[in-house]
Amino acid sequence: MSEAAERLEAFLARVPYVRFLGMRAELAGDEMTATLPFAPHLVGNVMMPALHGGVIGAFMEMTALAQLSVIAQSPKVHKTIDITIEYLRPGRALTTYARADVRKVGRQVANVHVEAWQDTRDKPVAALRGHFLLKAHAGGAARP
Amino acid sequence: MSPEALRETARHMVETVPQASALGFKLLSVEPGRGSILTPWREDLVGDPDTGVIAGGVVTALLDHVCGLAIISTARDGTTPFSTATLDLRIDYMRAAAPRADVTASAHCYKLTRSIAFVRAHAYDADPEDPIATAQAAFILKRGAA
Repeated sequence: MSEAAERLEAFLARVPYVRFLGMRAELAGDEMTATLPFAPHLVGNVMMPALHGGVIGAFMEMTALAQLSVIAQSPKVHKTIDITIEYLRPGRALTTYARADVRKVGRQVANVHVEAWQDTRDKPVAALRGHFLLKAHAGGAARP
Repeated sequence: MSPEALRETARHMVETVPQASALGFKLLSVEPGRGSILTPWREDLVGDPDTGVIAGGVVTALLDHVCGLAIISTARDGTTPFSTATLDLRIDYMRAAAPRADVTASAHCYKLTRSIAFVRAHAYDADPEDPIATAQAAFILKRGAA
């Protein structure tokens, strides 16, 4: 397993909330895709049924943090500064996928965009953009 | 809506919606346009096991839900019931919650148009004047659907 894959595995294993969500993530080379399998406890609207908006937001936020754990070489969990979430389509009772695009890694702050989709990548259910405070680590700067 | 009916509607929303129930949400208060929800601390909701602090994602879900509560609480007798969906939600995180601390969130739906609700909310642990996070959201109102 590559170092990046090990860092991702470590991140997913460390955070209890990731297990609560049932979130998974995989690296294909250096591209990470996060997966949120549908589960009944993730529902926000029973009539539709639709995923809870906060779950979709949380999943995208965790995707950004997982991506940062891969590139920023710190075993510590970074801190969210701010996030803005756009809800585009209802999240149905299906698996949701997400990809993070790290727009900028500075010395202290990273800017990350995330998109989440279900059955069609070009019809996303939601998007997130956020700033994250990079935790100090021992040795080595975050790769730009 | 009578205070009792409002409280019952609010309790249903806060304690039976699957995600809300899974996160252990408890209704603290509700009045027209405002509501508040408590999330008791739990081990499986932690974000950073080094600190024992509740995950940011839980606060996101809590803020989204309390905004929905504040909107639902604006419903008045004789008006068509509506459901809501989040359009846009912005959250600023001021600080981490205290380790093993319960988190409370309060929201105020300060403006309703025919189709949009505007809401502000904040989350805190010990002191409402020292928030963990603040949020601002816009929701769409879908009238005629319960």
